[in-house]
Amino acid sequence: MRNLVRFVQKYHFVLLFLLLESLCVYLLSNSHSYHRAALINTSNALTGEVYQTKSNITGYFSLGFHNDLLALENAQLHDRIAELEEMVDSTSRQSDHVHFRHIPAKVISNTVHFRNNYILINKGRLDGVKADMGIISPDGVAGIVTGVSDHYATALSLLHRYARISVMFRKSGQLANLTWTGENYRYGLVEDIPAHLKIVEGDTVVTSGHSLIFPEGIMVGTIKEYIEPAGSSLNKAVLTLSTDFNMLRQVYVVFNSDQQEIDQLRKANIHE
Amino acid sequence: MNKYFLYTARFALLLLFQVLILNNVLIGGYVNPFIYVLFIMLLPFNIRPWLLLIIGFLLGYTVDIFSSTSGLHAGATVLMAFVRPTIVRLTTGARDPEGSLNPGISDMGARWFFTYSIVLVLIHHTALFFLEVFSFTQLPSTLLRISLSTLFSELLIMMIMLFFGKNRR
Repeated sequence: MRNLVRFVQKYHFVLLFLLLESLCVYLLSNSHSYHRAALINTSNALTGEVYQTKSNITGYFSLGFHNDLLALENAQLHDRIAELEEMVDSTSRQSDHVHFRHIPAKVISNTVHFRNNYILINKGRLDGVKADMGIISPDGVAGIVTGVSDHYATALSLLHRYARISVMFRKSGQLANLTWTGENYRYGLVEDIPAHLKIVEGDTVVTSGHSLIFPEGIMVGTIKEYIEPAGSSLNKAVLTLSTDFNMLRQVYVVFNSDQQEIDQLRKANIHE
Repeated sequence: MNKYFLYTARFALLLLFQVLILNNVLIGGYVNPFIYVLFIMLLPFNIRPWLLLIIGFLLGYTVDIFSSTSGLHAGATVLMAFVRPTIVRLTTGARDPEGSLNPGISDMGARWFFTYSIVLVLIHHTALFFLEVFSFTQLPSTLLRISLSTLFSELLIMMIMLFFGKNRR
């Protein structure tokens, strides 16, 4: 016992180092999976306050520019309303599509240059935001909510190792998956493309709607470069993301208003 | 009292500078400067080694909280705090150079501080970028990020020291 005490006294520096370092590696390895990433909740009161203050200040500098963007988006939405009204008139079909709602939110912290990037927004549980909801910008898909506190929420950016979303080629309707390789925040990688599919530079890629996180047909990006197949039946292509993550400010949290029902249905399927 | 206030203020300023400004800096897609480690470098020579580790952990973990990471900055900073006594010994030739001196430009000179800080920054950044990627698969790009970011962080640290570090005791 005395020897042990002397041992600890003598090597306390190294022992403490090993203890702290293993704690860090433990924390780090726990954060390296999609669902565990949801557990690190930076959306706590302190960091939220600090980033909100900063965002309040820096927001003024780009106010004019973002006003223009919003006005443009407004105009597009008006067009869309007109289009939809026409459709409603011509067909009286109802409720055969999935219902999605939007919650407007402001990005108060966001990075693009790490391997795993997160978005912090100023809407939280009290505003109706929940984990696994999608985040879209006026230009396209942006991320997926993972952690929620009362007034803030964190989201995995598309620029994250574990962000993987189901996408679709608008022209052909063929499905593929989108990931990010960590190099440039302007480009994503489309994987699992069927080999027979002809891909041309500039092809539009949209969300497939299969995950029910994002509505179908939300813009993701356009094909920049097709990667020649190397013996595999599933090909890859580089995609220019339509969302400019470096100037993400106004976003919408989208969620399916029937989510609860769908979850129950899925659970029932598992139990049977 | 005065001394503790100085260290607390330095901690807060470096932290805010890091998370509010430098975490948004992106040059050529490879350079992410991290200068919060300057706090560890400037702790007095005669600080207890175990306290150095604890402060390293707390500082790193605070940066982690603000960066939505977990254990990443803490791990790299603890490693840096662990090697600091060795680096001090190697660069000064003594374990505790003159009890009253502090590791800074005014006491030790700019040339000494440059050597001391660039070694520590390199160790910190190497640990940080490898922990972030968590594999050796993207070795060339990781090495490029480490070297460019180290140079840029060191440049910022020397600028800060030459501006503020001269007349402080």
